[in-house]
Amino acid sequence: MGYPHKPHAKETALLSKHFGDPDARTYKGWAKRGGYEAWKQAQTMAPAAITDVVKESGLRGRGGAGFPTGLKWSFMPKEKKKPHYLCVNADESEPGTFKDREIMRWTPHALLEGTLIAMRAIQAEVGYIYIRGEFTEPYAIMEQALAEATKAGVLGGHKIHLHRGAGAYICGEETAMMNSIEGKRGNPRIKPPFPAAFGVFGMPTTINNVETLAAVPHILRQGAAWYKAMSLSNPKSTGTKLFSVCGHVRLPGNYEVTMGFPLKDLLHELCGGMRPGRTLKACIPGGSSVPILNREESEGCLLDYEGCVEKGTMLGSGGVIVFDDSADMVYQIMRLARFYAHESCAQCTQCREGTAWTTKILERILAGQGKMADLDLLLDLSDNMTGKTICVLSDSCAAPVVSGIKKFRTEFEDYIAGRKQPVMVA
Amino acid sequence: MSAVETQEYAPVFTGKTLERLQEILTRYPTKQAALLPALWLVQGERGWISDRNMVEVGEVLGLTPAYVKGVVTFYTMYHQHPVGANFVQVCTTSPCNICGAEDVVKALLAHTGAKELGATSPDGQWTVIEVECLGACGFATPVLVNDDFVESVTPERVPELVRKYK
Ligand SMILES: Cc1cc2nc3c(=O)[nH]c(=O)nc-3n(C[C@H](O)[C@H](O)[C@H](O)COP(=O)(O)O)c2cc1C
Ligand code: FES
Repeated sequence: MGYPHKPHAKETALLSKHFGDPDARTYKGWAKRGGYEAWKQAQTMAPAAITDVVKESGLRGRGGAGFPTGLKWSFMPKEKKKPHYLCVNADESEPGTFKDREIMRWTPHALLEGTLIAMRAIQAEVGYIYIRGEFTEPYAIMEQALAEATKAGVLGGHKIHLHRGAGAYICGEETAMMNSIEGKRGNPRIKPPFPAAFGVFGMPTTINNVETLAAVPHILRQGAAWYKAMSLSNPKSTGTKLFSVCGHVRLPGNYEVTMGFPLKDLLHELCGGMRPGRTLKACIPGGSSVPILNREESEGCLLDYEGCVEKGTMLGSGGVIVFDDSADMVYQIMRLARFYAHESCAQCTQCREGTAWTTKILERILAGQGKMADLDLLLDLSDNMTGKTICVLSDSCAAPVVSGIKKFRTEFEDYIAGRKQPVMVA
Repeated sequence: MSAVETQEYAPVFTGKTLERLQEILTRYPTKQAALLPALWLVQGERGWISDRNMVEVGEVLGLTPAYVKGVVTFYTMYHQHPVGANFVQVCTTSPCNICGAEDVVKALLAHTGAKELGATSPDGQWTVIEVECLGACGFATPVLVNDDFVESVTPERVPELVRKYK
C-alpha cells in the first residue's frame, strides 16, 4: 500500500498489506495473519523442492541486479561438506530507495520467515542480516522480532544474527558486505570465486535482498503459478514490486504494483501527480545508479526489468526519483556524482579518480568556469569508468552523467555559456 | 602507549560490556568478525573511539592497532574525535536536495549554534554534519539526531526539534 498514504485501488498489496499496522509487528499479531505458515510448510519439503518452487515462480532479485532467485539458490553445493551461510542485504543505501526499511519496520517477521525458508533451501545453519548503521529503528524492531521468534521456537535449530553496518554504501555490494561481516574494510572482492563457492568466511554463501526474501513465503503458500500469473507485460518479470517514490510528487511513499505497471500511472495517479503548477521533467526509475529518463521516456515506460531496458534504463532497486521543471539537472547530477565520489572504496583507479574528477568538473561547470570541451571530457571519463572495475559503483556514477548530458545538454551549456547564474558549490 | 599519557586508561571491556562482547563472539566463527560490533560498543560507552580504545579492541580480538584503525577509518559512522552531546546527521543527497535539504542544514547550523558543518557548538552541545542518502528519501528531509531518526524535517520544524534536545 502507498505507505504512508492510503492504499490505492490499482495497487496489489502483498508485501505492504500490513504497513502502518503495529499489531502485525508482534509475533502474535503476525501468526494471527497467517505468519510462519509457509515456514511450517517449507520444513516438510526437501531443500531442492523449495528452490524449484521459487525458480518456477520467476522471482528475481529485488536488490538491483534482478538475478533469478531460485537459480541463485541452486548454485549452492547440493552435497554439504562445509557450513553454508545466508546473508540478508538490508544495507539499503541506494539514493531513492526506502522499501526494505518499511518491510523491516512493519513486517519484521515476514523477513525472518523468508530468511528461514531460504536458509532451508540452501542448507544454511547461520544467517546474517546486515542492516545499515543509520537504520536505528528498523534494527531495534528486527531485534525484538528475532527475540520473539526465538522464544516461540520457530527458528528450528537455525541461527539468525543481526549485523550492524557503520556508514558505507559500498557494503551493499554483496562481496563488500561479506568482508564487512568478517570484520574487514568493505572492499568488494574480485569474482570469481563466486559467493556460492567461496563466500563469507570462505564458505558457500547466498546473498539476498530483504524484499526478495519477504516475497518467498507468499510464493510457497500460494504457489508458483499464482505468483507467475502476476505480470502485466513481460512474462520474465513476475510478481509484485515495491516502488519507493520520492522527489517532486505530491504523495511520495512506497507503492506496491504488479510487474509491468505503467510508470505514468504510478506518478500521476498513485502518487497524486506533480505539485500544483509543475510539470514532470525527468525520472530515475531504479535508484540513482540507473540512467535518467526524460519526460517522454518516463511516460512510456513500463515498470519491469524488460520495460526499463527498452527505455535505455534499468529497474534496479525500484527507487523512483522524480524531478519536476523546477529541478536544476546539472546541480543534481553533480550531487549524485559527489555521492559516488564519497562512497567509492578507492580500490580501483577508474572509480577512485573518476568519481572525484567527474564531481570536480561538474562543480566547475556550475561555478561558470566550464568549457564546452568539458562535456566531451565527462563523457570520455564516464566511458573509462564503465565496465572496468571490480564492482559497478563506478559504472553507477557514469550512468546519470552520460544520460544527463545526452538528455539535458542545454542545461549544461547554459552554465558554460554564462546564460545561467553560476552556483557556488559548498 | 604514548609517553605523555598521564591518566590511567580505563578499559571499555569490563563487566557488562565484556559480557556483551562475549555473547557477540558466539555469533561468528572468527574473533575478527566481532570487530564492527566491538567498535559500536566502544562508541556507545565513550561517545567516540580513541587511539587507545583501538589498541584495547585489538588486544581483545587479537588484531593489531593498525588493522583496527584501518577498519575504523573506512566506516563513516565511527567517530575518531569527540563530537557534541547531540550529533545531527542530515541527508542532502539529490532526492532530499530537491526537496529543500540544504535549507534544513542552514536552519540547523543557525539554531544549534554549531555554525559550521562538522564543528561543535561553543557549548559542546551540537555537531551537525551532512550525510549521504539515509534510506528514507520519501520522507524528505530525514535527520538523525543521535539514535533518533526524525522524518520530514523542514526549516520551520528545526527550532522545535532543537528545543527538544536542549
Ligand atoms: C555499489 C552497490 C551497492 C549495492 N547496494 C545494495 C543494497 O543496498 N541492497 C541490496 O539489496 N543490494 C545492493 N546491491 C546489490 C547486491 O550486490 C546484490 O546483487 C543483491 O543484494 C542480491 O540480492 P537479490 O538477488 O535478492 O537482489 C548493491 C550493489 C552494488 C554494486
Ligand atoms: S536521498 Fe535523502 S534519504 Fe535518500
